[in-house]
Amino acid sequence: MSSLTNLTLKAALDGLKAKSFSSEEITKAHIDAIEKANPSLNAYVLPTFEHALNMARASDARLARGEGGELEGAPLGVKDLFCTEGHRTTAGSKILGDFVPQYESTVSANLWRDGAVMLGKLNMDEFAMGSSNETSAWGPVVNPWRSKASNAELTPGGSSGGSASAVAADLCLGATASDTGGSIRQPAAFTGTVGIKPTYGRCSRWGIVAFASSLDQAGPIAKTVEDAAILLKSMSGYDPKDSTSLNVDLPDFPSFVGKSVKGLRIGVPKEYRVDGMPAEIETLWRQGIEWMRAAGCEIVDISLPHTKYALPCYYVVAPAEASSNLARYDGMRYGLRADGKSLTELYENTRAEGFGNEVKRRVLIGTYVLSAGYYDAYYVRALKVRRRIAEDFEKVWGKVDAILTPSTPSAAFALGDKRVDPVTMYLNDVFTVTANLTGMPGISVPAGLDANGLPLGLQLIGKPLDEGTIFSLAGALEDAAGFRAKAEKWWA
Amino acid sequence: MAVDVATVRRVAHLARIAEPEDRLQAIVGELNGILAWIEQLNEVDVQGVEPMTTAVEATTPLRADEVTDGGDPERILANAPKAADGFFVVPKVVE
Repeated sequence: MSSLTNLTLKAALDGLKAKSFSSEEITKAHIDAIEKANPSLNAYVLPTFEHALNMARASDARLARGEGGELEGAPLGVKDLFCTEGHRTTAGSKILGDFVPQYESTVSANLWRDGAVMLGKLNMDEFAMGSSNETSAWGPVVNPWRSKASNAELTPGGSSGGSASAVAADLCLGATASDTGGSIRQPAAFTGTVGIKPTYGRCSRWGIVAFASSLDQAGPIAKTVEDAAILLKSMSGYDPKDSTSLNVDLPDFPSFVGKSVKGLRIGVPKEYRVDGMPAEIETLWRQGIEWMRAAGCEIVDISLPHTKYALPCYYVVAPAEASSNLARYDGMRYGLRADGKSLTELYENTRAEGFGNEVKRRVLIGTYVLSAGYYDAYYVRALKVRRRIAEDFEKVWGKVDAILTPSTPSAAFALGDKRVDPVTMYLNDVFTVTANLTGMPGISVPAGLDANGLPLGLQLIGKPLDEGTIFSLAGALEDAAGFRAKAEKWWA
Repeated sequence: MAVDVATVRRVAHLARIAEPEDRLQAIVGELNGILAWIEQLNEVDVQGVEPMTTAVEATTPLRADEVTDGGDPERILANAPKAADGFFVVPKVVE
């Protein structure tokens, strides 16, 4: 049965429709794979196998009647940031350790509407704050990929590390994820998978545990560009319950994959090089440029002069919004409650006990930059710099249709490696964070392996609401790179 | 701008996070590392620039002022740390 887990989402959907196998069969195959792999990878924090089998049987009944949605019968994983009705949702935090939502997030509801099957909830950094999955209250996720040089456990990246690891190890056909500074694209790059953060407002944020509301955006992690397009189409759409949800036409994303990219103009920003970036990443980027040129694209050198300020800007804006969003965890209506001699002490003890160190650090930074006397110097200044960064992009959009960059400044690193210094960890998002600050779509496509046999990704950034072009270009990049490598199965 | 122990103590209180006295010095170091890095933002000329508060410009949608949800105390209370008789139970706040 294990061959069923190797299928792409597209191939599985075709097989289900053709009745080559049932949803129950492919769901069971994934359950077996998870049971074998999860003790090593720690990708799932809550398997929902009984629920999955019930959903699968219902899908099979619909398929037997010749009915069914666009994802009918396909077993998927859900990042533990998405509220799932009746199924524990913790956002990787102790403070939500036994929170059972009484409602379903819009994004996951869209997947179930289209017939998908939920295998379980996927591990993540606490409140999506992290780049290595080490801040999870459930322990780190392990990357299925290992370096040729050592058997050390590597990070799958973060915060959607469980999603990336599960997709890379064939523990689901695709997964939901979320991206506030790079949390879809960085883990996708580290695991040889495809991850897209769509335009801000494409996916409803309703029912997704909030981190930084002006930056948070949901998207899929998938095995191929086409799979990512299929998933994003289902996840997206206008939702009146999110006031920032965009009431715009929803393009048929999968139809853009495979379209000719001839004549499209690709910007290459000279600022997307950082100190200490391995030469292999530079080489891969050059290779990517050549692939796009060979596909008929025109390459245009561009400048985005405020790039270096994007991360420090983000580390004011995101913690500020987080400190405000996380004020709701007060031990009164849901979540953990610790004892205290006074109400204030109860709040303070609850939050001290419930939040991990990285979350506390960001809440403190956010509280500081919003506090009287520092608000203008830090917060307002960061918002002004944010506009400068957005203006950089607006200036180049007349000249190019998309921008090609590396996804990350390194391949996956060992668990424990960067835990010491927060700023070193933050630098992981140096190439991805601009898309969050400006709301533009960005996709990471696996493009090659480094000398140690670890996957590296290239990123394409597009104009707001122009995911279609991004999918066409990503498809061309995927074809040219011909990335077929899979992690060697050491875990089962 | 750098923070000291007194500032961290004050900010932790504003954030309602109990930080033990023996942790404060370590937090001072961490926060100052991050703040020193953030100082780069002072290099940017932001004269006359409007603060950017949202990634995608859109007008705030309005809806009819109608009740669309509610009347469901069991579900609202389902995750309460303490509840009784259809209410949240919280510590006494008025002496």
